[in-house]
Formats: sequence, C-alpha cells, structure tokens
Amino acid sequence: MFCEKAMELVRELHRAPEGQLPAFNEDGLRQVLEEMKALYEQNQSDVNEAKSGGRSDLIPTIKFRHCSLLRNRRCTVAYLYDRLLRIRALRWEYGSVLPNALRFHMSAEEMEWFNNYKKSLATYMRSLGGDEGLDITQDMKPPKSLYIEFFLSGPMSKRLWRI
Amino acid sequence: MSEAYFRVESGALGPEENFLSLDDILMSHEKLPVRTETAMPRLGAFFLERSGGAETDNAVPQGSKLELPLWLAKGLFDNKRRILSVELPKIYQEGWRTVFSADANVVDLHKMGPHFYGFGSQLLHFDSPENADISQSLLQTFIGRFRRIMDSSQNAYNEDTSVLVARLDEMERGLFQTGQKGLNDFQCWEKGQASQITASNLVQNYKKRKFTDLED
Repeated sequence: MFCEKAMELVRELHRAPEGQLPAFNEDGLRQVLEEMKALYEQNQSDVNEAKSGGRSDLIPTIKFRHCSLLRNRRCTVAYLYDRLLRIRALRWEYGSVLPNALRFHMSAEEMEWFNNYKKSLATYMRSLGGDEGLDITQDMKPPKSLYIEFFLSGPMSKRLWRI
Repeated sequence: MSEAYFRVESGALGPEENFLSLDDILMSHEKLPVRTETAMPRLGAFFLERSGGAETDNAVPQGSKLELPLWLAKGLFDNKRRILSVELPKIYQEGWRTVFSADANVVDLHKMGPHFYGFGSQLLHFDSPENADISQSLLQTFIGRFRRIMDSSQNAYNEDTSVLVARLDEMERGLFQTGQKGLNDFQCWEKGQASQITASNLVQNYKKRKFTDLED
C-alpha cells in the first residue's frame, strides 16, 4: 500500500512526548517525495492511455493513485506544520538562544523560520510600552499576591507605592 | 507538558477531520471492509491473493472483498458506488450495538480499534441505512462511560493510572488526561506551589537528555 513512509513520519512526531522536537527526518521526507513523483508519473501515463487508447477502465486506478498522492501531501504538510508549532513553542519556553542539541534537530529552513519568528516577536515587543519596549515572554502568569510594589520614575520617584 | 505547544486538535467527531491534525491522520489510517464494484487494473501487486494476474492487466477483480484504510475508502467512495461499496466493521453493527446498550462500561474500546468514536463518526459519510442507529449508539455509549472516566480522572492522584486507561479509546484517554491535569493543577495550587518559580517542563526534559548525551 502507498503512503507507509508518510505514516512513519506522522507516527514519529505523534510519539514524541508533548512539545519535544525530534530530529528532522530528511531521509524519510525524501522517500515520500519520491513516491509522490512515481505516483504522479504513473498517473500521467495512464491518463494519456485512457484518453487516446480508450482505456476508461483505468479511471478507478488513476483515482486510487490520486488519493494516495493527496494522502502523502496531507501527511507531509501536517508533519512540517506540527514541527513549526513545536519550534514556535521553543521561543516562548526556552528563549531566543537555543541549545546546540536542539538546533541540530532542525532543518536549515526551520532555523530560518525560527529566526524570522524571533525577529517579528522582537519588533512587536519593542513597539509596546514606550521607549524600552515590553518583554511579553516574561511573567506570563497573573500575579498571585494581592498587592504589588512598584517605583515610579520621574518627579515622583524615590517613593515606594503599593496598590 | 509544554504549555506553549498548541497542537492541531482532532475534528473527527464533527463533520470533517482536520487536515493538519496528527490524531485525525492516525485515525483515518484504520481499516474497514470494502467490496470493489469494478475491476481495478494494475493494482494487483497490493492484493496478491486477489490479483487477476497478467492477462487482466494485473487487476484487482470486481467483487473482491478488501480491507482498505479509511482515507482511501473515503476517496474512492461516491454515492453511486461506482468503484466500491463499504461494509460496516463489526463493532458498529447491530450485534455489538446491543452489547453497548446493555452495558457500555465493560467493553475494551482500545482493543476495538483505538479510535472508536472518531472512526465511527467518520463512517457516517458512507450513507449506510444504519447511520441513525450508529450515531445513537456512539452517543449512548459515550454517555454510559463518561461518568466513570470523569470520576477516575479526578480521584487518581500521583498513582499508576495504566489500569484505568487500558480500556479507553483515544478520545476518552484525552479526556482522562485533561481531567488529570486539572487535578494536578488544583493540588499544586493547594500546596502553594503555584507562586513558586519552576523551570518549564520542556527545559527540564532537554536538560535531562543532554546529560545522557554526555555520558555516551
């Protein structure tokens, strides 16, 4: 049956405990793309034969291969997308500098995506909170205590306030 | 569990699967019995016992009974049943439906095909005359089992839950996990750990693995 390799990719990700990023399966992906190419070429040739050779009985077979192509596409896109979701989570949980072990698990394109994401996030954070910007990746949970102590800057400074 | 990782959820209980959901991809890989309504040339290699051989262009003959994955059955099915017709797997047929209505709790839904509810819901696409009964059965089975799942997930704290989840299907296991998370978060809050700063789970997992890499 077709699409076995694609299923392996999906299972590999599904097995990794929530959020962990396994190594990028470049070889597996290559095999799926090769299978897709073979399916496409077989269908091209059968379509020509069905049209000019009057072999309309090939149509179910063509449909079978087409479903397999769609399935392979779905598995690869879902694989790549889920990995991006995990990589995005790394920025929020780990920070902007990833340990080497993690970086080796990412493909070059994923690394590029991560850098672009970091940049977008940084630009956004700088646009908040006046001159200095606001690091929204800190303090993501609401405070547990009732009172907050803070200092005011400017003319009212040097005094401790409580609300 | 990583709190910043938001995976694509399953849509199988609704009208359509979610394209990007890994859970739905796994669910639709499960097989169901079908019957070919027309010969399918050049695919004999996949079904060697049924293949017509070289004279028929290596075809899978018309009228063959096969087991195909759900995604393939969905793709080849149409309401005129020109390529294939679909049979209901046993657990969605009348016999088992009666068992479920008698006592839904005794059944091992994990063994019956780990995506009982999702797969059953997507089966409705094949316009079986029993669709109304199948949907009722799915609903009533869940209603029958839900109470026990909720109770056990809310009362098993810091213990081995493998016996409790052994007979649950994937959807029910997800529910159980959600319940456990709620329980753990509540206990954490009660102990006052909610305001302590702890390293994120993700970071801890990676630190552990790095140590073993060094040992190798």
